[in-house]
Amino acid sequence: MNALFDTRNNPKLVWAGVAVIALTLLVLPFALAQVGTTWVRITNFAILYVLLALGLNIVVGFAGLLDLGYVAFYAVGAYTYALLASPQFGLHLPFWVILPIGAMVAAFFGVLLGTPTLKLRGDYLAIVTLGFGEIVRIFLNNLSRPVNVTNGPQGIAGIDPFSFGAFDFSKPETLFGLDWSGPIKYYYLLLAVVLMVLAVNVRLQNSRIGRAWEAVREDETAARAMGINTTRMKLLAFAMGASFGGVAGGMFSAIQGFISPESFVLVESIMVVAMVVLGGMGNIWGVVLGAVLLSFVPEILRWTVQPLQEALFGRMLVEPEVIRMLIFGLALVLVMLFRPAGLLPSAVRQRELTDERAA
Amino acid sequence: MDIFLQQVINGLTLGAVYAVVALGYTMVYGIIQLINFAHGEVVMIGAMVAFTVIGVLAPYGWPPLLVVLIGVACAIPACMLVGFTVERFAYRPLRRAPRLAPLISAIGVSIILQHLAMLIWSRNVMSFPQIIESRTYIVFGAAITNVQIAILAICVLVMAGLALLVYRTRLGTAMRATAQNPQVAGLMGVDINRVIASTFGIGAALAAIAGVMVGTYYGIAQYTMGSILGLKAFAAAVLGGIGNIPGAMLGGVLLGIVEALGAGYIGDLTNLCRYDWLASLLSERCANGGHFILFGSNYQDVFAFVVLILVLVFRPSGLLGERVGDRA
Repeated sequence: MNALFDTRNNPKLVWAGVAVIALTLLVLPFALAQVGTTWVRITNFAILYVLLALGLNIVVGFAGLLDLGYVAFYAVGAYTYALLASPQFGLHLPFWVILPIGAMVAAFFGVLLGTPTLKLRGDYLAIVTLGFGEIVRIFLNNLSRPVNVTNGPQGIAGIDPFSFGAFDFSKPETLFGLDWSGPIKYYYLLLAVVLMVLAVNVRLQNSRIGRAWEAVREDETAARAMGINTTRMKLLAFAMGASFGGVAGGMFSAIQGFISPESFVLVESIMVVAMVVLGGMGNIWGVVLGAVLLSFVPEILRWTVQPLQEALFGRMLVEPEVIRMLIFGLALVLVMLFRPAGLLPSAVRQRELTDERAA
Repeated sequence: MDIFLQQVINGLTLGAVYAVVALGYTMVYGIIQLINFAHGEVVMIGAMVAFTVIGVLAPYGWPPLLVVLIGVACAIPACMLVGFTVERFAYRPLRRAPRLAPLISAIGVSIILQHLAMLIWSRNVMSFPQIIESRTYIVFGAAITNVQIAILAICVLVMAGLALLVYRTRLGTAMRATAQNPQVAGLMGVDINRVIASTFGIGAALAAIAGVMVGTYYGIAQYTMGSILGLKAFAAAVLGGIGNIPGAMLGGVLLGIVEALGAGYIGDLTNLCRYDWLASLLSERCANGGHFILFGSNYQDVFAFVVLILVLVFRPSGLLGERVGDRA
């Protein structure tokens, strides 16, 4: 092992590493802004995906319930924010009021999905959750009649950005001699939220609840025999996963300023699943890595493949969007074939996914 | 009465198509307990290949039936090739892995197929060349078109053919043996890999036929058409009892009818102005024969999922199935 990474004999290296990462994260948006504000926006969306992947990881990774309709909770959070802070109903509540509401509404939907599906396991659950995601989307698309709630396929525009009194996150400003564009301000907000969520996740994993989830995932019958209330644990997993999705949705709403059912299609759910699976189900850092990789690699390709194709063939043959989706699909298949526990596997999950007797 | 009968006819037509797609799901599930998530995409590829061929042949003025048959004849091998390839490279290596692994792999395959199809046929909606002259017959006050009659007839033929294959041939016996117990079937001299590959091939061929039928019925095909159709067919397979061949047929037809009747009547049933005590509350909207329809027929796609959830909650083994859907 390289001495530079030998943290076991030299624990101080961990702190050095943390310091380097923290510094990088702090400087990152200004460095990216030199390349183009687009990249700061891309980074923000990557952080949103990290949030989503962490939320889904609670359901899929910790509790072992494959949820293919996770985007429904993202949608619920986004629409809750949009309805309470836009001209749609003329309501303009501050974001620190709405985000908790969004989280709670999403958690309620999580329980709503979890209750009828408690008895289902594995692949059946996957399909039912997928159906649930579609139902939510169909409702969002059609709830414009007879009373206009969601404004149907046109979506909701003019959503309020986050603001603290006069401090508006969407407006560019000059503070401390630096140019703070809207995306840069959002970056720090998102970073703070993601750190909080990470802390919650890390604490959860090794808590009584986290161990109960693991027990339910490994063997539900045995877990019940050991006195774990499996019903409550599964519902809790759905509710907590959903509430993270709801918060992410609310932030998405505010950053975009516009949402429509188009943003909450099945493919989004599958993208988040791909992130969790690629990174390593059940491993928090793996999931973060998966989300960051699958957010950035397609964007980098988008910026390289297009000029490359135009240089080679004189025109664009393969749209970057298609390449992005092909990467997601291939990632799912290849990871399952060659590294079923993901890039950074969690120890328990690895045993489970590679040992055929554990099935 | 005639509206009811009309909805039943429409539902029956669509349900027959669901049944043919559901057979593909149920056969694969019965034999290797895998939800072949990519099956819907195979249906889409069948429709696209057939549309392309039919589009090329349409200007020659050949008999429409012949043109469609040639289209189907090209779609079937194409879909079978896709089915074999997917099974060989994405599912077979995972046969001994825990169940979530092949399911996730199947989701990946589905995305890949969908976007490859987009590369080949573009995002645009392909429309069915107008070669079939639509005729409408009136039966007991309800209309039925020649296309609908053809679809129903083909579905019955296909299902009868499949039943013969599964219950009367050596391959069918081998398939049922493998479904019961792959290890023992292997010991009895059944080449399991070949049987499983054949199952995928047969499912894909059915998918091709279904793709052409659904494309002809709606008159359009697009690279996204597979996923929702696949989900509905899966719901049909679960409704009938997954792994159970007669169950898939029954489930498909039932789901089609439920969907058509649901879409036909939900608007009336949820029109709050029908109910006196609510109508008085909504007097502004209901005055002069106004409507206050909570859920209109645009919620049609919800029914399949609601049926799916209800079946899984109350009778996970489906209408005809014996297997309990509680295995992780």
